Amino acid sequence: MKKHLLSIDDLTTDDIAMLFATAAEMHEVQRRDVKKLPALRGRTVINLFFEDSTRTRSSFEIAGKWLSADTINITGKGSSTSKGESLRDTVLTIASMGVDALVMRHSASGAAEQVSHWIDAAVINAGDGTHEHPSQALLDAYTLQRRFGSEGQLGSLDDKHVLIVGDLTHSRVFRSNVLCLTKLGARVTVVAPPTLMPSGVGPWSAEAGYATSYDLDEVLPKADAVMMLRVQKERMSGGFFPSPREYTVGYGLTRERLAVLGPDVPICHPGPMNRGLEIAADAADAAQSAVLEQVSAGVAVRMAVLYHLLAGEASA
Amino acid sequence: MSPAQPPEAEPTENPLPQGRVVLDQADIDRALTRISHEILEHNKGAADLVLLGIPTRGVGLARRIAARIATTEGTEVPVGALDITLYRDDLRKQPTRGPHHTEVPVSGVDGRTIVLVDDVLYSGRTIRAALDALKDLGRPDVVRLAVLVDRGHRELPIRADHVGKNLPSARSERVLVRLDEYDGVEGVWIA
Amino acid sequence: MSVLIKGARLYGADAVDLLLEDGVIREVGSVSASADEVVDADGLIALPGLVDLHTHLREPGREDAETILTGSRAAAAGGYTAVLAMANTSPVTDTAEAAERVLDLGRAAGLVDVQPVGAVTKGLAGAELAELGLMARSRARVRVFSDDGKCVGDARVMRRALEYVRAFGGVVSQHSQDSALAGPTACCHEGEISGRLGLPGWPGIAEEVIVARDVMLARHTGSRVHVAHVSTAGSVEVVRWAKAQGISVTAEVTPHHLLLTTDLLTGYDNGEARGAYDPVYKVNPPLRPAEDVEALRAALADGTIDAVATDHAPHARHDKEHAFVDAAFGMLGLETALSVIASVMVEPGRFDWRDLARVMSTTPARIAGLEGQGGELVEGAPANLTLVDPAAEITVDRDASLSLSRNNPWHGRRFAAAVHSTYLRGQRTHQR
Repeated sequence: MKKHLLSIDDLTTDDIAMLFATAAEMHEVQRRDVKKLPALRGRTVINLFFEDSTRTRSSFEIAGKWLSADTINITGKGSSTSKGESLRDTVLTIASMGVDALVMRHSASGAAEQVSHWIDAAVINAGDGTHEHPSQALLDAYTLQRRFGSEGQLGSLDDKHVLIVGDLTHSRVFRSNVLCLTKLGARVTVVAPPTLMPSGVGPWSAEAGYATSYDLDEVLPKADAVMMLRVQKERMSGGFFPSPREYTVGYGLTRERLAVLGPDVPICHPGPMNRGLEIAADAADAAQSAVLEQVSAGVAVRMAVLYHLLAGEASA
Repeated sequence: MSPAQPPEAEPTENPLPQGRVVLDQADIDRALTRISHEILEHNKGAADLVLLGIPTRGVGLARRIAARIATTEGTEVPVGALDITLYRDDLRKQPTRGPHHTEVPVSGVDGRTIVLVDDVLYSGRTIRAALDALKDLGRPDVVRLAVLVDRGHRELPIRADHVGKNLPSARSERVLVRLDEYDGVEGVWIA
Repeated sequence: MSVLIKGARLYGADAVDLLLEDGVIREVGSVSASADEVVDADGLIALPGLVDLHTHLREPGREDAETILTGSRAAAAGGYTAVLAMANTSPVTDTAEAAERVLDLGRAAGLVDVQPVGAVTKGLAGAELAELGLMARSRARVRVFSDDGKCVGDARVMRRALEYVRAFGGVVSQHSQDSALAGPTACCHEGEISGRLGLPGWPGIAEEVIVARDVMLARHTGSRVHVAHVSTAGSVEVVRWAKAQGISVTAEVTPHHLLLTTDLLTGYDNGEARGAYDPVYKVNPPLRPAEDVEALRAALADGTIDAVATDHAPHARHDKEHAFVDAAFGMLGLETALSVIASVMVEPGRFDWRDLARVMSTTPARIAGLEGQGGELVEGAPANLTLVDPAAEITVDRDASLSLSRNNPWHGRRFAAAVHSTYLRGQRTHQR
């Protein structure tokens, strides 16, 4: 496996299979009395978050601690407007304390990759701007594989039709998921109003092998799994869509649309959810909703990522 | 960095290893039968016994021992698997390997008599890791060790309670165990 | 002090001798007279000293990035004998006093004629006209006005500016960027790559709508307008149409927009993997796709684009060592401009050296109204010239730069031609 996890493209399908097999074992630890494995004892992991995130950060923190690593949370300062220390100076200062891995979330796309060129430690991208969020895509795919499997065996995503619905332009979850799901053999269709489709989506989708649609009702009946993305109400002021209710009518997973889905079709959402906007409460709480499984899977998958990047001999 | 190892049985490059056979299929059968009896004798029956095989081949051996105990005592003894990959003391010195499956029987380990089962006892580090792993699962009453082959050269103060065959070996030699359910052939070779 | 340059190919044509004395070209041809210094220019090409319509010298305000002295050294090394220093300094050059200060600092450095550009609006705020007339009347004789860095977005303010400068033959150089279509965070050509990399898009239309608006304003007011750093095929179409209508519009293009593309942001350069999101490639307007680069080259070749201007934009290292979205915009350009243009236009045969002299010296001098610069190299003309080695075979080393800054996108690249030496009124200001 590569030294850093910056993008889903850093992983081969074999790497992903390996991570999921490890995650399945790590998942068991969550049920045990003693939630501890010694594999990363003596390793130091810094969670450097420039953007707020309770969910992802605590997920990585627990993952590191359950593997006996020393995990420390640092809130990064410096938005695009503050002219203080450069990003390079900030990470070099932290890395010089003797850090094995940096789990980083930043509001700027590409920040994780740039940082990986400046420091020796392994860099794990916990979300960079609107670019990627690889561990989220991994846990989403893992959750779906568990749903499609049976008796604790992971199923396959091969030829499964997965919908990703929502604000694609501003979503790193979409970008990572489209790469991960297509890599695992799924057929992906992304659904959004034209103003929320990413620029250049035509040639990009053709090359990456996913389909696009403006019409959720047309593609919903054929879905094997549905992934709803969070929509920010602030996008209204950018002219992306006229009103929340218009968005919900066109692109929300309403109660009516829930009825169209088969009862075995998992519903995913990376959270936090805007109940009533992109997802109806009924859908969020339906038996087929996989939202809570995603969270529990998140810890296991992140444990697997940390383990495979840090447990063995240090790579060059 | 070399790619991580997949979590299934170490690939057997050549099902029929080189070297000389020290145990054939019949020898293995007899050894396992004797070990099963010894376990029952030592334990004065099958009460509270739990067999935990160490992946990969320890699991197959544990199942065979459980089957023999079932025949002799008429009791189904719980069987599980205890993977020790994450507890190895040499993790940092190797490329990362994915863990094998750990299966703790429904009975759990608290208050039980655990019999660890492995194919070859060598330096003792695997068993030491198994004891560490076991500690995080609970608190057994007693832990014993049954191995098919003890080839000597212990690096830690660890000994087996039940041994199929004592096999003095040179460090330069390799001891290879093959079991039908994993390898399609059966026997113990030294090469 | 006299200098005899022997055997230089004038405009790339026949080899001649040039005798420089008392600041002028005393003799051209086969010169037998003696001189204080003799320069063997065998194989070198003599061109008029280059003139840059668009340079950022950062002084006053950001002397950690560049000073007028260090910028002048870089300019001389690039073959320049005159540069127009943009007004977005700190404080802004929006008064006669500020303009004269820049002029005097340039004279004190004495390596290149530094001609100050005046801001169009006070403080570059885009609201009220700056003291354009006073700047024009000052010792700095400001003729080119620009809010570059920012766009004069208010159509009424732009109209007034275009009208006002007619009184003294001035011209407004516009940084064309509609802020509603491309806001302050926009940093990557809007297209497939910005979509994939998740970078805020800077669509070509944000430039084109302003270019279109400004040429119509120029027609309406009967004024000259100059389009700074044209970057899209669409802008080229608009300028071509406007010229065909007889509208008084001129346009410049940077060396980097003629060679570098937005693909560099993905971290691949000709198949070789470097890092993605490298802030050295962050510039405003952004690098565009190959189709736009080709349209710009064709437009430079057919005269739709009149001049090459570097938009030399030095930045202190820490201002670039941020995430791409947060890093400062701009690239160095003075020292490498000629090598790039020779590579892109002369080598493939789209230009000869005379054409290069036209777009890098003569036409910029005319647009800026600089007498004594860019003129024909004949007897009696000011001795502002540069000697170019067409076979220098250089590899750009950013650490060898005379600029204070290091944000050089050309580092490691090889070019055939390079400046050999530069003369400002007969004084050598640079020697390779």
